[in-house]
Amino acid sequence: MSPVKTVFRRELASYFATPVAYVFIVIFLILAGAMTFYYGEFFERGRADLQPFFGFHPWLYLFLVPAIAMRLWAEERKSGTIELLLTLPITMWQAVVAKFLAAWAFVGIALAMTFPIWITVNYLGDPDNGVIIASYLGSLLMAGAFLAIGSCLSAATRNQVVAFILTVVICFLLLMAGFPLVLGFFQAFLPQGVVDAIAGLSLFAHFQAIAKGVVDLRDLVYFALTILAWLYATAIVIDLKKAD
Amino acid sequence: MGDQTMIETSALTKRYGPFTAVDGISFKVEPGQVLGFLGPNGAGKSTTMKMIAGFLAPSSGSAKVCGFDVESQPIEAKRALGYLPEGAPSYGEMTPRAFLEFVADLRGLVGERRRQRVDDVIGRLQLESVLTQSIDTLSKGFKRRVGLAQAILHDPPALILDEPTDGLDPNQKHEVRELINAMSADKIIVISTHILEEVHAVCTRAIVIAAGRLLADATPAELEARSRYHGAVSLTASNTGAAREALARVADIETIEIDPHDHRITAIPKKGRAIFVPISEVLKSQGVEVNQLQLEAGRLDEVFRSITLPNAEARA
Repeated sequence: MSPVKTVFRRELASYFATPVAYVFIVIFLILAGAMTFYYGEFFERGRADLQPFFGFHPWLYLFLVPAIAMRLWAEERKSGTIELLLTLPITMWQAVVAKFLAAWAFVGIALAMTFPIWITVNYLGDPDNGVIIASYLGSLLMAGAFLAIGSCLSAATRNQVVAFILTVVICFLLLMAGFPLVLGFFQAFLPQGVVDAIAGLSLFAHFQAIAKGVVDLRDLVYFALTILAWLYATAIVIDLKKAD
Repeated sequence: MGDQTMIETSALTKRYGPFTAVDGISFKVEPGQVLGFLGPNGAGKSTTMKMIAGFLAPSSGSAKVCGFDVESQPIEAKRALGYLPEGAPSYGEMTPRAFLEFVADLRGLVGERRRQRVDDVIGRLQLESVLTQSIDTLSKGFKRRVGLAQAILHDPPALILDEPTDGLDPNQKHEVRELINAMSADKIIVISTHILEEVHAVCTRAIVIAAGRLLADATPAELEARSRYHGAVSLTASNTGAAREALARVADIETIEIDPHDHRITAIPKKGRAIFVPISEVLKSQGVEVNQLQLEAGRLDEVFRSITLPNAEARA
């Protein structure tokens, strides 16, 4: 078995070793449902799609995903297992990727548990299931980007609370970068090219693009690069912080 | 280059900014040797071990495990090495069996060999009774043994154990030392400890490190020979005063020390003189009743102090 697969399996199993995982999934499902039905007016709008459901995912993830990511490396450093793991025959990159993938798979499981809402909307009407699949993909990619950011900040500290807060802040900034409110502020004193670049960095814009059902290669590349860059940064941070 | 069977460091150095934690340490360990790393806390023992294990990158110098450079061939070096990090960390939510199987998978053990090796270390470290408990719930001694089991799981040619008996009770310490002795015939073993009796019990060679520098590299017997107690004679007599008077007749005695608690008399010889025979003869001729008479090999703790604290101990 490859080292990545071995570490992936151990990590994923460790989520379910405590009740925390189940609590997380339940909270995620309750919040996702509540937001869809109360704030998203799922029934009232009378349309057979999941736009109100997916529209709240960025905000849900903003707090729930950093909670998953905060323990990724901070915990290993605190308990000293990082020394054990990295002196086993596994490369740094394999360890970083395996732990990230396990966390991502866990969020994926939570996301997959929302399937009843998909069944509901299909029962009530005739939605465009292609758009829904694309939205699930976009939602998963965004969670992955949040997790990769959280992985890096978790590596930077052994205090999980600090890791959580830093991750929320950075994810929030990356989400907000695409909003007209923020862009309008920058437009006042920055050239259009820079403003476009800021907008291009926004997780929200790319998520929205995919969630509309248009799976553009550029959006996929954006998420892939974001995840890889933050994971690469994770490996660098671990290397720098190993000694303390 | 480099011997295929050794752990070898050359001018191994680790700096943190202006602070040098490990300063140009060079040594070689061959199969069959058990090398003890001695030194005060913060001397650089663990940092040196972490560099050999491939966890920390050296600032300069190099380390090789069985011919593999830990920086340029890290995976090969890690395969050849079993490592018990300081504090014996392990994943607390796992059971010992699940943890050992996880390590076995990462070590590339498969099939029958995997099963056989896992069972072997479980038996050797007597983990049978706790196999289904999570590691978090285990006592310190069991956690340490799980860590040791993990280190020897793949039957590596080289072992680095950072304080392997820390936190164990005397019986468990004895068992771990037996285990190390049993494995030492064909393996390279490096252990760090600050328990000096351990050096006697398991080490064939000892290295003393203080403030990142290698200060001594010798067998335990050679280290003891540096002690001013080397060749000293200690005795207890029913009449301490009479015994002391009798000893005054022996010319080669440098000083006599009397322990205030148990009235044990220790006679320290002048350099290079043997005093055991003269003392026993004098005691016999003077008719002093002696309960115990013993030739000392030297006191490691005293040697340890004089090496690591040269100024404080110089005149003591």
